[in-house]
Amino acid sequence: MSAVPNQASPIAAPGASGPLDVERLRADFPILTEVRVHGKPLVYLDNGASSQMPRQVIDRLVRYQTREHANIHRGVHYLSATATAAYEAARATVQRFLNAREDREIVFTSGVTDSINLVAYGYGRAFIGAGDEIIVTHMEHHANIVPWQMLCEEKGAQLRVVPITDAGELVMEEYERLFTPRTKLVAVTHVSNALGTINPVKEMIDIAHRKGVPIMIDGAQAVQHIAVDVQALDCDFYAFTGHKVYGPTGVGVLYAKAALLEKMRPYRGGGDMILSVTFEKTIYNEIPFKFEAGTPPIAAAIGLATALEYVQGVGLDRIAAHEKELLRRATEQLCAIPGVRIVGTAREKAAVLSFNVGDVHPHDVGTLLNDDGVAVRTGHHCAQPVMQRYGIPATARASFAFYNTPAEVEQLAASVRRVQKLFG
Amino acid sequence: MDASQLYQEIILDHNKKPRNWGKVEGCTHKSEGLNPLCGDHIWVTLKIAGDAIDSVAFEGQSCAICKASASMMTSAVKGKSVAEAETLVQEFRDMTTGKLDVGRDQHHLGRLTVFAGVKDLPVRVKCAILPWHTLHAALAREASASTEGDQDPIAG
Repeated sequence: MSAVPNQASPIAAPGASGPLDVERLRADFPILTEVRVHGKPLVYLDNGASSQMPRQVIDRLVRYQTREHANIHRGVHYLSATATAAYEAARATVQRFLNAREDREIVFTSGVTDSINLVAYGYGRAFIGAGDEIIVTHMEHHANIVPWQMLCEEKGAQLRVVPITDAGELVMEEYERLFTPRTKLVAVTHVSNALGTINPVKEMIDIAHRKGVPIMIDGAQAVQHIAVDVQALDCDFYAFTGHKVYGPTGVGVLYAKAALLEKMRPYRGGGDMILSVTFEKTIYNEIPFKFEAGTPPIAAAIGLATALEYVQGVGLDRIAAHEKELLRRATEQLCAIPGVRIVGTAREKAAVLSFNVGDVHPHDVGTLLNDDGVAVRTGHHCAQPVMQRYGIPATARASFAFYNTPAEVEQLAASVRRVQKLFG
Repeated sequence: MDASQLYQEIILDHNKKPRNWGKVEGCTHKSEGLNPLCGDHIWVTLKIAGDAIDSVAFEGQSCAICKASASMMTSAVKGKSVAEAETLVQEFRDMTTGKLDVGRDQHHLGRLTVFAGVKDLPVRVKCAILPWHTLHAALAREASASTEGDQDPIAG
């Protein structure tokens, strides 16, 4: 057996304390220096949609493809054993990252959307029926609304929605009031992708459990900003995606308590998720494999593990402190521009800043910011109920990563001022 | 190209003060246009007498490119025949998708050539074209137009 290949990548600034050496960390991200837009340096502020990959992850993918690739869990040959070891080591890395009790509680999926659909199908279809209720919130991404709506439609169940305040915070008294004897599941985002709000998930989990209801947390916008410990949270399901936490696209994670995974129905049938197949009866494989039908995203999962090690090497506490300062500066500088309105002013926020410039349509804002090399997301952010709540069609959104700098915040503000002047 | 070159005074002006804004009373033709990806949503109403576009108006919610395009479109087709309007629809579409070179090829676009630069901003082409799709749908007596996929009424 070859060496477990997830440990070799050199990680910058391992576990140090104090402020980040951002310039040194930026050097790990080739795209930040190699790409110029209209001859100007790239100011990448669309990390909430997809973050960039450090060289360590890119190198890991190259090493896997050049020296370790084969299909997993089925070959007796050297490469299959090597790839299987790397893939399962990646699962163990995710387990440590989330502080899950066991590695079999980690299911690789294609992303958060896939993870949520897995729970809606595997848990929801088995345990939610006519007249039952599912609690979601008004600030969910469509990925944490539509799968539940489809389930409700199929089963005759109902969605109950936790309202939000003008600042973009959940109305917690209403949350508690929504529980009835028919409540079968809660699904809530940890951090709002459109508003940046960090929800009090620990409190929400405790309330749900007092009512005897399992709860799923959508961590798509959280794990890159906040250290997550699923045992301390005691959540039943937690999902995140690779490409928003400096890893590759095509891979995501579903954490679920083993006891829940055991009683859930398989999501998709196929190879690798079975123990035996006859035309009379198929016996499903053990968890987590019964949820990983077909060839999984092997390379992406291995790359994700390296990304998580990288993030832990930098240190999520230091990342959070740096991003908080970027958010503070960006909020202050944008608020100083006439007509700029920040959408989402919760007390606890991750480094996500949604805004509008007077009545200029966000697509015009985004197009003009791009002239200066500034990449922001514009639109409804797959959260149309949030836009409806604030009576706006869309926003522009700057979402920061630890590799962003105060100078980039200033460039954002300067570009927004230019837009404001142009539309006057 | 630099997007600033597209956001010229004339486009900013039509965005701020859209011409023919609203609904045509007693319209004979109407259609709704929606670009679901960016949320541009407009309505075009017309009164056609004989073969001539007697009056035309639009309203809705959209970005500056879409609104200015709709405003200038309504100004351009008012008083024209249906066939002339359809020619403009086709030429505008060809210009913004790079099939018509306004400096070289013959056309009837006039001031609408300020939108020529949109061909270099692929994600914004749909914003500029939506009013024209909607006009085309109204003339063809279709209830709605969309810039998405197989609903595209004049997909090339």
